[in-house]
Amino acid sequence: MSEVVHTFTTKVPRWRPYVTPVRLEEATEEQREAMKITPSNTKVSDYVLTLAHDPESLAVRSPLFNAIMYGDDGLSRAERELGAVGASVVNRCVYCAAVHASRYNQLAKAPEVIKAIFAAETKAELEPRNQAIFDFAVAVSNTPPEAAADHIAALREQGLTDLEQVDLILSAAIFGWANRLMHTLGEPVAT
Amino acid sequence: MDHVIERLAGVRPGSPLAAALAERAQIMGLSQASHDAVLIPRAPGGLSHGERAALAVRMARALADEALAAHYQGLLSQAGEMPELTRVAAGQAGPFAPRLGAIVRHVDMLTLAPREATRGDVETLTAAGIAEADVVRLAELAAFVNYQARVIAGLRLLGGTA
Repeated sequence: MSEVVHTFTTKVPRWRPYVTPVRLEEATEEQREAMKITPSNTKVSDYVLTLAHDPESLAVRSPLFNAIMYGDDGLSRAERELGAVGASVVNRCVYCAAVHASRYNQLAKAPEVIKAIFAAETKAELEPRNQAIFDFAVAVSNTPPEAAADHIAALREQGLTDLEQVDLILSAAIFGWANRLMHTLGEPVAT
Repeated sequence: MDHVIERLAGVRPGSPLAAALAERAQIMGLSQASHDAVLIPRAPGGLSHGERAALAVRMARALADEALAAHYQGLLSQAGEMPELTRVAAGQAGPFAPRLGAIVRHVDMLTLAPREATRGDVETLTAAGIAEADVVRLAELAAFVNYQARVIAGLRLLGGTA
């Protein structure tokens, strides 16, 4: 049996579900429809086949996730990934953190940011703009959410527009969703 | 169409925030469609609309959002309140029938401490007779309410209505 990954890493593990994924050949028409609109159609992942147990949610969540993370104006793609990483650290979703930390590294070409976050987690010390973004993502991801006016003031001070702040709120919040699926319905295993 | 997030965030018409959200209209629409998919799905499986609403009230309270709790209380009333579900919504620890008790325990973990989730939590649910498809439905419900509460909290701060 492959080894479960418990520590933060940028090496993307494999995701192994705790429940039996839907069998593609047995999927209903509605389940097939819901799975079609996921980012990659070449091979259906165990994650998508697991979520196909609830096709009504999957059908709307996939385009929502893509619109929040991959929209082409507003907050930069890299800074949305930083929001995703902040949430994933709070919720300790090692799989989500690996995927989105490695995307951040591809986009931002500044590996020291993720290194600092994986070393100190929610207490990471970053340069001011990244700090404001990361601290907001961490605060809003706590339960109950702990984001406060100070966090918004820090984002404004770093020059984030209202639209960019909306994008940050959304990218951190959607990982309050994604982490609660990925980390509770399965586990990351070393490849 | 009523969008729960913008209504509960108190977004002021004509404000800079309202203008920013107009640029994210697709996301706001999909967020509302997600709300409907997890709270009032056409095919609810083993989780009734009433159970979903009661659990959502409970989660909204744990997320310290009374306005969101009141919204879900409205859905619970529409579904027809059962005494046991009223106690779920009120945040009581129990006692509940074994199946509902397992569901409540799991939803509390998903909201308060998802980082502590293990394979054993899913095994506890299935041992209580909960179908695997319902395990996924329950996770989507809890995950959505947690998303929604955070968007509302963030937008209130941004709009100065917190």
